[in-house]
Amino acid sequence: MGTTDISKITEKSPWQDITPGNQIYAAGTSREFKTGEWRTQTPVWDKEKCKQCLLCVPVCPDSSIPVKNCERLEFDYDHCKGCGICAKVCPFDSINMKEGQ
Amino acid sequence: MAIRERFSGNEAVALAIKQINPDVMPAFPITPSTEIPQYVANYIANGKMDTEFIPVESEHSSMSATVGASAAGARALTATSSCGMALMWEELYVAASNRLPLALALVNRALSGPININCDHSDSMGARDTGWLQIYAESNQEAYDNMIQAFRISEHKDVMLPIMICQDGFITSHAVMNIELLEDNVVKDFVGEYEPEHYLLDSAQPIAIGPYAVSNYYMETKMGQRTAMKNAKQVILDVAKEFEAISGRHYGFFEEYQLEDAEYAVLIIGSAAGTCKDAIDQLRAQGKKVGLLKLRVFRPFPAEEIAAAVAHVKALAIMDRSDSFSGNGGPLGAEVSQALYNAHSDVKTVNYIYGLGGRDIRVEDFEDIYSRLERIAETGEVTDQFDYIGLRK
Repeated sequence: MGTTDISKITEKSPWQDITPGNQIYAAGTSREFKTGEWRTQTPVWDKEKCKQCLLCVPVCPDSSIPVKNCERLEFDYDHCKGCGICAKVCPFDSINMKEGQ
Repeated sequence: MAIRERFSGNEAVALAIKQINPDVMPAFPITPSTEIPQYVANYIANGKMDTEFIPVESEHSSMSATVGASAAGARALTATSSCGMALMWEELYVAASNRLPLALALVNRALSGPININCDHSDSMGARDTGWLQIYAESNQEAYDNMIQAFRISEHKDVMLPIMICQDGFITSHAVMNIELLEDNVVKDFVGEYEPEHYLLDSAQPIAIGPYAVSNYYMETKMGQRTAMKNAKQVILDVAKEFEAISGRHYGFFEEYQLEDAEYAVLIIGSAAGTCKDAIDQLRAQGKKVGLLKLRVFRPFPAEEIAAAVAHVKALAIMDRSDSFSGNGGPLGAEVSQALYNAHSDVKTVNYIYGLGGRDIRVEDFEDIYSRLERIAETGEVTDQFDYIGLRK
């Protein structure tokens, strides 16, 4: 019972196809889980005001501020839960929280 | 060649664990734990076995560590009793829903309060809905035999559920009885090596165990658990058959004692069955048709088999060593009554509560119970449906 190819398991799968104990036979699958859907407030990044100090990056509890070549990029809204810590920590008022997704 | 010995129930189960030689045994080393981890720790310290023993700070941790070890791919077990099991509550469900084939050597003792250290079944009966297999013993011999069969049942690919091996506090944990042991190599061959299909330490196949399951998956997961529990019925019988071949001792879901032609029967779990058998022998000598069904396997619950085995009796006393405080009897009473109702049985039943907090039940008590059953069958009236046996009134 249960398939080892978890990509075949969906919310429509019958119980016989669910792996015993919901075991997932793959690694790093939490990135597939779009926790950004939970967000009720959304951080908005103002690139003009941002000095790239990167203080927001390590305080994000969901690793939702990607960094490339020592510069932060746009938020990963698939996983940002909208906690607002980045907005609080920003010394340059370049992150503001707006209501909703 | 079988080995004849005199062992306490704790010693017997600890010896079974030594012979199984599991990979990991986390356990809380003091009260309310039992002598079982103490004896196992001695065996390990003396180089008689090479199990990794983890002394933990609580039973919440001992079950967590057992779950972790099992998820990692180890054959793991722990032991506890009474309030120690109550502290494991959360992890009992985790072990079952994660489908981890681990074991718990449980000595049945009363839960607080009032504070009491003696035998009753309120600890394991409280855990009856956790998704664990539960097997009970009448004697030290049965506790030993059940432990040796435990991993074969639990690790079977159609089952993959945790198993609780239960024995009665003090009566079959501390009291010393004659016992017949199996040789180490016979047990080793019977139990075999544990080769899990999927486990966390398998670097070739990374996996995740115990993920979050949203509403769209939760019920389907529970159906998997239910099906595994149902599958366990055949596996328990198959393993018992194999065990009989190496030991000469026969096991099933229950033992029937003078039940075949009985008009009045008692249905009971655990050590009190021995006392009941004495009462039966005395009453049979007087020509009374009395018998016993001693339930060994409570999870999975053999409902159809029980209903069939007692179908011919006129009246049945279902004996609970714990109270549900539902105002409607004990757990065994509720489940046996349901089994009989679904089988359209017309057997008259009573559900008596006995032996709470170590209260003795005597041969005379069973004689009284059989005479009550006779009266119920004669008059058709059940006046004391949920009586406490041995209560001062």
